Amino acid sequence: MGSLLKIDHLTHRFGGLQALTDINIDLKEHQIAGLIGPNGAGKTTVFNLVSGFYIPTEGDISLNGTRLNGMKSHEIAARGIGRTFQNIRLWNEMTVMENICISQHYHLGYGIKDAFLQTKKYKKAEEKIKDEAWALLEKFNLSEHADEFPDNLPYGIQRRVEIARALSLKPKLLLLDEPAAGLSTSDVVGLIDYITWIHDNFDITIWMIEHQMQVIMTLCDQIQVIDFGKEIASGSPADIKSNPAVIKAYLGDETI
Amino acid sequence: MSIRPRKNTKKRDAILMASSIALILILVLLAQLHILNNYMQSVLMFVCVNMIMSSSLNIVNGYMGEFSCGHAGFMAVGAYVSSVLSLILFTDNKITGAALFPPESALVLFPFVIIAGGIAAAFAGLMVAIPSFKTRDDYLAIITIATNYIITTAINNIEKIGASRGLMGMKNTMYGMQKVINLPWMLIWVLLFTLLSVLLIKFLMGSTLGKGITAIRYDEISAEIMSVNTNRMKIIAFMFSSGLAGIAGGLFAHIMGFINPASFNILKSTESLVMVYLGGMGSLSGSLISAVFFTFLLELLRPLQIFKWVIIPLLLILIMQFRPSGLFGNREIFEVVPEVIKKIKSRSAKKKKSEAA
Repeated sequence: MGSLLKIDHLTHRFGGLQALTDINIDLKEHQIAGLIGPNGAGKTTVFNLVSGFYIPTEGDISLNGTRLNGMKSHEIAARGIGRTFQNIRLWNEMTVMENICISQHYHLGYGIKDAFLQTKKYKKAEEKIKDEAWALLEKFNLSEHADEFPDNLPYGIQRRVEIARALSLKPKLLLLDEPAAGLSTSDVVGLIDYITWIHDNFDITIWMIEHQMQVIMTLCDQIQVIDFGKEIASGSPADIKSNPAVIKAYLGDETI
Repeated sequence: MSIRPRKNTKKRDAILMASSIALILILVLLAQLHILNNYMQSVLMFVCVNMIMSSSLNIVNGYMGEFSCGHAGFMAVGAYVSSVLSLILFTDNKITGAALFPPESALVLFPFVIIAGGIAAAFAGLMVAIPSFKTRDDYLAIITIATNYIITTAINNIEKIGASRGLMGMKNTMYGMQKVINLPWMLIWVLLFTLLSVLLIKFLMGSTLGKGITAIRYDEISAEIMSVNTNRMKIIAFMFSSGLAGIAGGLFAHIMGFINPASFNILKSTESLVMVYLGGMGSLSGSLISAVFFTFLLELLRPLQIFKWVIIPLLLILIMQFRPSGLFGNREIFEVVPEVIKKIKSRSAKKKKSEAA
């Protein structure tokens, strides 16, 4: 298994605030990895750096050997990193179908001139985009919601639509930021099956932030724990479970 | 795997296209037979100019969700560039000297003059597009106001193009066209350019490329994450919008035959804003219908003179109070009207039921 995402000595400061210090991560292809840590530990910052919201203060991020530092988010997306957000960020006033179609911007296959002149190339490309989007929705059993607005869908379905939208980028790496947030216990079981299904059916590496230990422990084969922007542990789920530093970070010291 | 259901709007589009061409022909015929007198023709042409203004402003304020309130500035650029070109090409005058071509050649060259104005205005649009990469909302609104002032003040201080006295002589172009074939050419070109602008907006905003602009309105960050190049989208939206405003300006200048910087001040921008918000943000048909309504209203209230600026803003307040999303919200008339009919029908059915009970 080759290495897919490599993060080398990543450090990030917001003004005077040291958000991340010397984070090193090596994600292998076709792996499900987890990133956990207490609130405010800097987990989402790591994701934001990988997806290009911020430019890292120090260190390197590379995907398949290509350096991602300083690239715009949409370029990183086009290179194969899809992500979801902690709070669902679908375009609520556009239909599910449109949501999926817009994510095809990285390979539209026509320019503004073709749209103005309604050329054959334009029509062909639009048909292809819509057919592909429909095929994806079918695959995810979401085609019945194709013409609905995400706002009107149940929360669990919205999560699925968001993941489907991220996958419509045909990413090599999928970043999931707390996919189980706000889901009921029964939905969480469904989510675990769903992620397993995605992992089996799409040739993809998944990296997730999650607070639900059930999700993390069942799915991940490698877990990284960070606290106050520093890595405190990494290893298999069993290692992490018994690691004293992790227990301390989550539960505090034994003595009061 | 089931087959993707296709929304068939081809028939509707064909009917709309055919009826608008028929309408253009009828209007031109009526003008040619002098059933529409000069006043009515000029009102009609102002309706069209306002249609281009409101539907183009709608790209930025409606579809993209930014607040541009300097639209008249771009109109000024288009108006001045096309006027100066038209003076250079077709008219002997004190400023640009002898005409390069006989006025009769306007028949062929006039559309290019207008389009040149549009292109110049599109590049002026970069003045807002580039700052928009980093600024948003209120701050960008201030930049647009500043742009409006920069343009009008610059024109005010360029002695060569008449400064604050204004520029005139563009009517010659129209007379030149009429000398060749006696038709209401100005009306024809205004109608054709309006149709063209509306079609271009419809084509762009209906495409997946153009929907990237709408995605910015609802969530810019997730647009960027989903591979939409938001900076490119912003450049497209601002340049396209201001380019169309430039076309409207060029037409306006040639209808009036006289322009001065004061006709493109912030009040003119506000007029366009009123039309967009009246029609509903992000609704093409809304902004077209409200342009018609608004222009006629201005004409009807003309006897009240300055007092009309009490009534029109009051109307705006009432609309915002009772229908804050404008006439059609962010949807099109074809989606809104059937729903309203349905609602009325179900309401009357309920009434009947309760009466029967």
